[in-house]
Order: sequence, then structure tokens, then C-alpha cells
Amino acid sequence: MGANDLPLASRLGRWLHRWGAHPDDHKHPAANTDVAALPLPPRLTLPLAQHIGAPARPEVEVGARVLRGQLLASAQGPISAPIHAPSSGTIAGIVDVPVPHPSGLSGTAILLDTDGLDEAVTMAETDPWTLAPADIARRVAEAGIVGLGGATFPAAVKLSGGQKHKTPTLVLNGGECEPYLSCDDRLMRERPAEVIDGARIILRAIEGRHILIGVEKNKPEAIAALALAAAAFPEVEIVPVPARYPMGSEKQLVSWLTGKEIPAGGLPADIGVVVQNVGTAAAIHRAIRHGEALIRRIVTVSGGAIRTPRNIEVRIGTPLAALIDFCGGTIAPVARWVLGGPMMGLAIDTLDLPIIKGSGGLLALTAAETARPGSAGPCIHCASCASACPIGLMPLEMAAHIRSDDLLGALALGLRDCIGCGTCSYVCPSRIPLVHYFNHAKGELAAQDRAKLRQDAIRQLVDARAARMEQEAREKAEVAARRKAERERAKAEAAAKAAAQAPLSPARPAEETPA
Amino acid sequence: MNAPSSAQPLSSPHAHGARSIGQVMGLVMLALTPATLAGFWQFGWPAILLWMTTLLAAALAEALCMRFAGRRASASLGDGSTLLTGWLLALSLPPWAPWWLGAVGAFFAVIVCKHAFGGLGQNPFNPAMAARVMLLISFPVQMTQWLAPQPILSANAPSLLAAFDIIFGAGMPDAVTSASLLGHVKTEASRGILLAQSLHDIWNPLDFGFGKRTGSLGETSALLLVLGGLFLIVLRVIGPRIPLAFLLGVAAPAALAHGLAPDHYLPPLAHLLSGGVMLGAFFIATDYVTSPTTPMGRWIFGFGCGLLTWIIRSWGAFPEGVAFAVMLMNAATPLIDRYTRPRIFGRGRDGRPLATGPHG
Repeated sequence: MGANDLPLASRLGRWLHRWGAHPDDHKHPAANTDVAALPLPPRLTLPLAQHIGAPARPEVEVGARVLRGQLLASAQGPISAPIHAPSSGTIAGIVDVPVPHPSGLSGTAILLDTDGLDEAVTMAETDPWTLAPADIARRVAEAGIVGLGGATFPAAVKLSGGQKHKTPTLVLNGGECEPYLSCDDRLMRERPAEVIDGARIILRAIEGRHILIGVEKNKPEAIAALALAAAAFPEVEIVPVPARYPMGSEKQLVSWLTGKEIPAGGLPADIGVVVQNVGTAAAIHRAIRHGEALIRRIVTVSGGAIRTPRNIEVRIGTPLAALIDFCGGTIAPVARWVLGGPMMGLAIDTLDLPIIKGSGGLLALTAAETARPGSAGPCIHCASCASACPIGLMPLEMAAHIRSDDLLGALALGLRDCIGCGTCSYVCPSRIPLVHYFNHAKGELAAQDRAKLRQDAIRQLVDARAARMEQEAREKAEVAARRKAERERAKAEAAAKAAAQAPLSPARPAEETPA
Repeated sequence: MNAPSSAQPLSSPHAHGARSIGQVMGLVMLALTPATLAGFWQFGWPAILLWMTTLLAAALAEALCMRFAGRRASASLGDGSTLLTGWLLALSLPPWAPWWLGAVGAFFAVIVCKHAFGGLGQNPFNPAMAARVMLLISFPVQMTQWLAPQPILSANAPSLLAAFDIIFGAGMPDAVTSASLLGHVKTEASRGILLAQSLHDIWNPLDFGFGKRTGSLGETSALLLVLGGLFLIVLRVIGPRIPLAFLLGVAAPAALAHGLAPDHYLPPLAHLLSGGVMLGAFFIATDYVTSPTTPMGRWIFGFGCGLLTWIIRSWGAFPEGVAFAVMLMNAATPLIDRYTRPRIFGRGRDGRPLATGPHG
């Protein structure tokens, strides 16, 4: 089903509620330059937590020699992903290092000193059509593939879920609505066959029926390349979507392509859809066809301060500084380094961080490109934020509640439905940092929830102890009462006996009563 | 307060792309300029002097408030909102009103209607309209002295010197006063004269469209006001909902009543082109601060403004009702916002998550 078959109501709704923003896309010149491979760096840093879920568990000893594609750390628990050696070399250590994470805290990582030989483990070529759906999911899990669009959710979990729920539709996300980023664009232009093949393998794994690939209209070359590669496959449909931020958000793209909304708090599977990024599809193609684990990805290096903005294919674990050097360094003062896109990316203050599986971009923004500094003005109720919100929230009202510490009020207005896309902050004429407010409130609520859980647990323990004490006291009292009663009964019996035997002599001593 | 500190937040997004408040206000003033110039042309030097006095007074009041609050006046004057308030107030005054009317109105608008409530973004009522209503109630004579247009270059238009005398000195010569259409019709109706007769000399749609009529300083050039409003809608400074609903709210009941009783009720076009309807619909009801923020709320608000305007004009004590109507709807704005919140993605109107349908 394409966008043209939508019911009139949906189309009218789209026309009336024109959510989103149109930031300058800044995609050129990076998007017009071929992907280049970065030379192997001398050391790779591989954090154990590069995905959503439990961190991987190291499976190698320090000092061991490993080959490219060899397992370094295995998945731990149902939602996790293994990590493989991106090149051959020696394990130099398993230590705590700074990792790309909003908290700014460090994390455990495996350090791999490369030997320049880049020797690989033997990789088996497989025909995916001989594999059962469950086998495809297992191999994808073993290859450590996670969502490469940035969310880094383990891909295999979605595949098994899709198969279990009999989801008929695979939506491939080629939206790439973040400004500057063009790694997916380059991938679709240069390797469309890999993307289409990966998508068809996923479709087999979920036993689905058709594939919708949504690509923003500002990537006509990518759309043409995909259409050509998919020409022989009637189950694949390439759907150009309007170039509008955040069209590449899962909820927005799925709703645009299928006309159905993912229920609040639900998953795409609830409406019969599995969503994967185009980069993930290509990675799955390589994993299934060629047995290659996820050890490399394409990264856009861009921003006004970069000498030659371009896309680079790098090994996972490569230090950010190596990417900047490869692009000729900086030509202007960098006001802000950003990992990811400018709308949802992570501001970083050091280049001493590695590329991880979810890093799609590295931006060096000049002062003119970043949100100009200056304190936020008052809210003038222009409701630009409300018109722009793709979720239909009222950011101005939520922020007003949070400002007066009324987190529950903000929650009632839909704080948990906020996807943090940043469109509201982007369009605010008063430059109110709305996303900052929402992140603060979400964090505060999560902390409150945790505190409440802890309090509840403590209260339960206290209550249980009180109940136990009470019961013990009651039992003690019962025992004491019983003993007393028995003693008295015995005494009475003895007295009665004595009275009965009084005429007889001599009296027998009373029987011992149990103590 | 637990809320985020004012330190430079490093939260995303790392880019920003919107007009600043100053740019928004500047565009609104730009959109007002053609109608204002037309007003200057029609009513001459006195109108220009009154307009300048009112804007100056507004700026002075803003600077005073900032001084009292211990803040810099330049930043708050720079956002242009105070000048816009003064501008809108000036446009809704009788064109040859004495200078103190504009000054008192501007001080009231800025100090009482805006800063007493906490400044920009906090006021429940549109400052310009609240000030106009205050002036109308306090100084009914000065607020209803209309005159027929006398283009600035025509022979009987006052010179700059004479204009100083009108605005700052002796006041308006009685000879030039003239009734407004709405006032005239109301007076005649109270004398039992039928509409067809009372309208005969005064109502000419073409003249009214081009501003050749009595009225407030900047409200007379209906077409130029519409042009300015469309300019703002095209640039997405304002949305189309409030102006459309406002005009509909005036025209629909007017058409109905006029159809049923043409002798007693003005035709819809006369309503649309007289008084402050165009100024109100495009420039006053669309004030961000005092109008609803939800799409549905804006329809309701606009329609309410229009309907109340028509009701007050038709049955109220005052001939004109735009300012009252806007203030009444301002008061209803928080309530409208509360009951018209948009549906959240993935949830039903009742706020519950959507059901998971069968796949297919």
C-alpha cells in the first residue's frame, strides 16, 4: 500500500496538521562525494555497551591475538548484542574509557591494537533462501547487528518478534531527515543492491509480504538507484516522502507510509510493521550472504569547520580524531562537536571517543551554525512549537508545568509521548530550550520512579517485619495462655483429686505437669 | 526550583532556525504600514502626530517599567512588542484625538495591561484593546469624535502647524466632525428610521473598501488591512484560522439577520467593511499571547470574536464591538485551550493508546 491509497481523512489530516520543520539540510558537499575507506588506525576502542540492552560480556584475554570478525564479547541476556574484532591484532586491555553517552560517564571497553594485516576468520558464503526464518534471525544476532539509524536496538530481536507476530510489512527507513548527515544517502546510491537484498532477507526472516522503503525526496539519486535495484522484485516499493524533519522518525515514517499510527507505548509490530534502517539492511545482507559481522559503518563527517566534509567507511572503534584528520582537519573555530545529527545528536567535549555502531555522523559546527547563544526569552504563546510537534503535543504547556516543578502535570499532557526530536526548540522564536526541559523532567521522573520502587520495597520489608513480629508475639501469647490454662486445669484437677481423696490417706503427689 | 539552569544547555538540537520575537513583531509592523500610511493620507498631519505620540508614550512606559524592575530597557524595547502595542492602539483611536488620549492609553496598555501581569507573554488581555476600552468608557466624548477623510494634500486639510494645535492645543474643530456608519445607523434606528433610509447617504461599499470613510486612524482601509494580513499568513507569521473565523463570525449572523429583517439589520458587507473588523481580525485577535494555541481553539476564538462583535453592534449600547468582543474572548482563552488540546499521536481523543488492530 502506498501513500496514494490513503483514505481521504488521513490525507486531509496531513494537510491540516503540517508538523515538523524544514531546517537547512547542509547535506552538500558530503552527499556528493564517494564514500572513502579510512586507513586502519593503530588502536581500536570497543565499548561493551554499543547497543540498547545489557552490555556484552568479554570472551577474550588481554594479550590474545584475534582475527577480523572474531567474537570478542558475547551477548548477555535477551536484548543485547555481541562485539567482534574489526581487524586483526592483539587485545591490549579491557579497561574503563570515556564512551559516547549522554551521561558523560565512562564505560568498559576492549582495546585492540591492530597489526595492519587485517587477517579475517574464515567466513562462509550462504544462500539466504536455504535458511529457515529463525536461522536468519539467529545469524543476524550472532553478527552483532543493531539498528544503524542511531537507536542501536538489536536487529535480531525485531526479526524474531516480527516472525512471531506475523507482521506483513517491512518498512525500510531511508528518510535520513537529520541535516548534514548523508551516510544513508551514499549507501543507497552506491550499494542499492545490498540494501534491497538485505531488505528481502529481512522479509524472509519475518515471513512478511511486502517492503516499503521510505526515502525523502531530497535524495533523488538514492531513489533512482533503489528503484533500479528493486525493479525485479514486485514485493519492494520505493516511496518518496516529503523532505521534512523528523520524517525519518520511526513513528512518523510508518504512519506516512501505511496510514496507521503506532499506539502510544506500543511497538510497530502492534500495527503489523517491522522497521529497519537501510544501513541495517545492508549489514544484514553482508552478515547472511558473506558471514561478515558488524565491524564497520559509514559515518558522515561534516560541519562548517571541517575542511573536506565527506562520508567515510570506518571500522567500529576508530577514534574520532582519526576521522577529523582524514577530512583535512578543521578550518574554523569549532563552537560545538556533535556526534550524530544537529537535531538529536550528542554534544561532546572530547574527540577521545570511539566510533560505535550507532554513530552516523560527526559534526564540527561553527558558532554561526549552532543555536546562537543568548538567554531564552519569555514564551509568547505563538504555539510554533505546538504546530511543529509531530506528536501533537503542546510543548509550551509542558514546559510551563515543568518550570513550576509540576512534573505530573507535564506527564498528563503527554511528556512520555515526546520523542525528543527537538523540532519545538528549533522553531521557538524565544529560544526556549524545550528539549532540555523535557529531558530534565523525564530524568527526574525516572529517578522518582526508581526512588518509589526502592521505597516500596523498603516499606514491604518493614511491613513484613512488623507482621512477623506481631505474629510471633501473638504465637508467644497464645502459648503462654495455653500453658497458663493447662497449669490452672492441672491445679484444679489436683485440688479436685485431693478433695476426692481427702478421706483416704496418704494423699498421692500431684502428677508433674509439662513445663 | 528544580528546572534546568540558565547555563548554556548542551541538549539537542544544536541548530536553531526561527525568526526572533523582534523579527516577528517587525513583520507585523511592516504589514501594518500600508494601512497606516493610508490613514495618514486620509486624516493628515494630526493623525501622524497622534500616532507618533502614542508610540513614544508606549516606549517611555516600557522603559519606566524596565527601570523599576531593574532591567535594561534596550532589550525589551528591541523586541518590538511594545511599539506594536502602541501602534495598534494609535490605529484604533479617533484620528484627531488629543495627544493625552494616546499617551494615557499607551501608559495604561503597557503598565497596567502588560507589566502588571508580568510582562511580555503574561498578559491575559490584548493591551491595545484593553486600553481602547478603558479610554472609551472614561472619555466617551473624545473617543467618538470622527471626521470625514480629508487627504493630506487637499485644500482644506490642516497644515502641520494647525495639526499641532489640534493634537496638542485647542482640539478638533467642531465643523469637521462627522458620524461613523455604525454610530449613525444606531442613532437613526433609535429614532425609528428604517435602515434603507439611514444607509442611503453613508454606505458605499467601494469607498469603504478603499478607506474613504470615517473611522479610527488606521482601521478604515479595509483592502490594505486584508493585504497586510495575507502577507502575514503567507509568511506564516499568523495562521489563517483566527482571521477567517472572525470574518465568518461577523458575516454569517449578519447575512442571516439581514436576510430575515433587511430593514433592521445591516448587510454583511457593511459589517465587514466598517468599524475595526479587518484590523481586529488580522492584527488584534491574532495576538499570540492572548489567543488560543490549539488549532481548534483558534477557530472557536475567531468565530467568538466575530459573533460577539456582531451581537454588540446589533443589540448592544455601543455602536462598535470589536474591542469588547476580543477582550471577552481573551478571557475565555485559557478555557478554550484546555478543552481543545489536539489528539496525541498514537492515542485516541480520550487520551488512551490506540487499539492494536488486525494486521493487513
